[in-house]
Amino acid sequence: MALFNKSSAAQKQLQKKSISDTNLLLSITIIVFFVMYIGAIVFQGSGFLKAQTFFNILNANAALIIASCGLSIVMITGSIDISVGGVTALVSMCCAVYLDYQGGNVFVSLLIALAIGLGYGLVQGLLIAYLDIQPFIVSLAGMFFARGMTTIVHTNPFNVENKAFVALKETRVIIPGLGSVNKIGKYVDAYVEIGVIVALLIVVILFLVLKWTKLGRSFYAVGGNRQSALMLGINVKRTRFLAHLFCGVLAGIGGYVYFLHVGSGAASHASGMEMNAIASAIIGGTLLTGGVGNIIGTLFGVLSLSTIQNIVSSAGLDQAWWTGITIAAMLCLFLVIQSIVMARKNRSS
Amino acid sequence: MTQNKKNIFAKLSGRQIFIPIAALLLLAVFNLILDPSFYKIALSVNSAGDPVLSGYLITILDYGSELAILAIGMTLVTAASGGQDISVGAAIAIGGSVILRVLCGTDSRPEVLKAPIIAAFLVSCVVCMLFGAFNGVLVAGFKIQPMVATLILFTAGRSIAAWINNNELPVISDQSFGYFGGFIPGIPIPTPFFIAVICMIVMALALKFTNLGLYTQAVGINAGSSRLNGLNPAFIKFLAFVILGLCVAVASLIKVSRISSINYSVIAKDIEMDAILAVALGGNSLSGGKFNMAASILGAYVIQFLTTTLYKFNVKSDALSAYKAIVVIALVVLSAPVVREKFSSLWKKMKLHTKEVG
Repeated sequence: MALFNKSSAAQKQLQKKSISDTNLLLSITIIVFFVMYIGAIVFQGSGFLKAQTFFNILNANAALIIASCGLSIVMITGSIDISVGGVTALVSMCCAVYLDYQGGNVFVSLLIALAIGLGYGLVQGLLIAYLDIQPFIVSLAGMFFARGMTTIVHTNPFNVENKAFVALKETRVIIPGLGSVNKIGKYVDAYVEIGVIVALLIVVILFLVLKWTKLGRSFYAVGGNRQSALMLGINVKRTRFLAHLFCGVLAGIGGYVYFLHVGSGAASHASGMEMNAIASAIIGGTLLTGGVGNIIGTLFGVLSLSTIQNIVSSAGLDQAWWTGITIAAMLCLFLVIQSIVMARKNRSS
Repeated sequence: MTQNKKNIFAKLSGRQIFIPIAALLLLAVFNLILDPSFYKIALSVNSAGDPVLSGYLITILDYGSELAILAIGMTLVTAASGGQDISVGAAIAIGGSVILRVLCGTDSRPEVLKAPIIAAFLVSCVVCMLFGAFNGVLVAGFKIQPMVATLILFTAGRSIAAWINNNELPVISDQSFGYFGGFIPGIPIPTPFFIAVICMIVMALALKFTNLGLYTQAVGINAGSSRLNGLNPAFIKFLAFVILGLCVAVASLIKVSRISSINYSVIAKDIEMDAILAVALGGNSLSGGKFNMAASILGAYVIQFLTTTLYKFNVKSDALSAYKAIVVIALVVLSAPVVREKFSSLWKKMKLHTKEVG
C-alpha cells in the first residue's frame, strides 16, 4: 500500500510539470523499482546489498528481458503477442533434442532457434497485419500450437550433455571490482552469463532504433493513430508486419538465451512467461492502446517484477502460488494506473 | 430442378448455423469412413452396478456439456465486449476449490460432508460471479481490453484455487457428490447433459423474454450509439461477465464431481481455448456484435467431437492443443473479411466465366 501511495504521489507531482506520457510512465517505473529495491535492502537484510544478488536477477531474467523487448515493440504498434512463452519452450526443446540426439554443433542450434522465431514472426505477422485478424486470437493459437508441438517433439524433460554447449553455458563474464567475500573468507568475483550481455546489447540497439530511425518512429505513429499514420504516408500494414517479425525473432533469441540458462528441454519450460513479459512491458510504461512505450522502461519493468519475486521468496512465502498472485496484483495495479492516466489525458485534451 | 437445389444450398450456407453443421458432418463422415465402430453405443453396467450407456458418442455428449455451458457465457461476453475471457479455466479451478472447501471444511478426507452440496454450489456461484464481476469492472469500468484484463485472473486463478484449500487435495468419498459429473442411478444418460440442457433452457427463456440479447448485440455493434439510445454499455458488458461467472460455477461443479477431487494445475486446462473455439466455430464474430447462441452450443459439441476423434487416434492430451490451434487459425483465416472478399470476387469471376462459355 505504501508503494502505491508513493508512486501515485510522484505521479501527481510529475503531472503538474506536464511532461509527455512516455516520460511520465517511465519515471513511475524507475521510481517504483528503486523504492522496491531499497525496501528490500531495508527489510530483507543485506543480501540485496551484494552486487551478485542483482546480477543473479539479471542472469535469471535475461531471456525475459529479450522477450519483453520484442513484446514492447508489438505493444507500441497497438498489437499484442502472447506466444513468446510457448516459443521459448519450443526453441529450448528443439535445440535440446538436436544437440543431444543429433550431436550437432552449437552454431546450428542457434540457427534453429532463429529459424523458429523467424517462422513465428512471419506467420503471425502475415495473419495479423495483412489479413487483419485479431492479434490476440492469432497469438493465443500460436501459444497453444507451440506448447503442443513441444510435447510432440519430445515428451519428457531432459538435460543436454553436449560438451560444446555445456562449455558455452558455463561461460561467465566476470565483472571486476564488484565481488564479495563469502562465508569462509574467500573473495568471489561477481559474474554475469552471456545471455545478460546479449540482452543488454538488444536493449541498447532497440532503444536506438525506436528513438532515431524512421522505422522506430513509424512504430509509434502506427500505434498512436493508425488512420493518421496512413495519411502521413506510412505503410501501416508493413510496419505492423515488421513489428511482429521483430517480436518473433526476439522470442527466438530469448528462447535460446533461456535454453542457455537452464540447459535442458521440457514442455513446462517458461510457463507463464508471456504473462511476465506483458506485465513487464506494462509496468515499464508501455500503453496497451499503443503509441506510448520505452525499451528502457521495459528493462526496469523486468527488474521490478523479478525484485518483487525475490522479495516474496526471501520473505518465506516461497509457495508457488504467491508468485502468481503478486505478479497478477502488480499487473492489475499498473493497468489501473494506466487507465487513470489515459482517462485524465482524454479529459484534458 | 438443379436451380432449386442450388437455392436450398445457398439458403443454408447463408445461415450462421451452417458452419458448425458442416464441420459436424465433415467430422462424422471422416469417422464413418475410417472406423464405423466409432458410432457404437453399448448398454453396460458401471462400477456402482447401474446400467449406463457407453461409447464415443456418449463421451461427446458427456464431456461436451461443460463446454456448451461455458460457450453460453462466452458468447455473451464476446458479443458485448468484442473480446474473450481467457480466465475461464482458472476460474473453474477457483470454483471447484470453493466447492470442495465448503464440503470438506478443514478436513481433507471427510467421512461425511460438512455442508449440503447445494449450499457449496451456491457459495461457489457467488465466488465465481464475484470474479466475473472483477473482470467486468476492469473491462467495463477501466476500459482495458478484455483479453488483457482477464489475463490477470488467468495467471493468478490457479494459485488462488490452491490457496483456498491450503494446497491440499481434498477427496470426497460421498457417492451422491459423483452424480453431477457421472450418472444418477437408474438413468443411463450422463447427468452433465441434463445440466447443460437446463442451462440452455434458462438462457433461451432469458433471451426470449428479456431484452438481454438485443441490448448485448446493440452494445457490441456500437457502444457509443447504444449509449445515445439510452442503454448503459458499461453495465451490459459487466452483466455479460457476471453471467459467464455463473456458467463457470456450473461447469466447475461438473468438473470436480467427475473426479470427486481436484488437481489445481490440470483441472479445465486449455478449456478457454475450446470455449473461444466453440464461439468462433458457431460463426459468431470474435470482435463482437451479433451472435447466435444455438450455433455456439452446437459448436461446443463439435469441438468435443474433434477432441474425442483425436483421442481415438491416440493423440496425447498435451499435444491436442497443437491440432486445435491449427483448426482455430484455419477458421479465423477463412472468416477474415479480407479473405472473404477475395473469395467472393473469385467466385464472381468464375460465374462470369462459365456464363461466357455457356
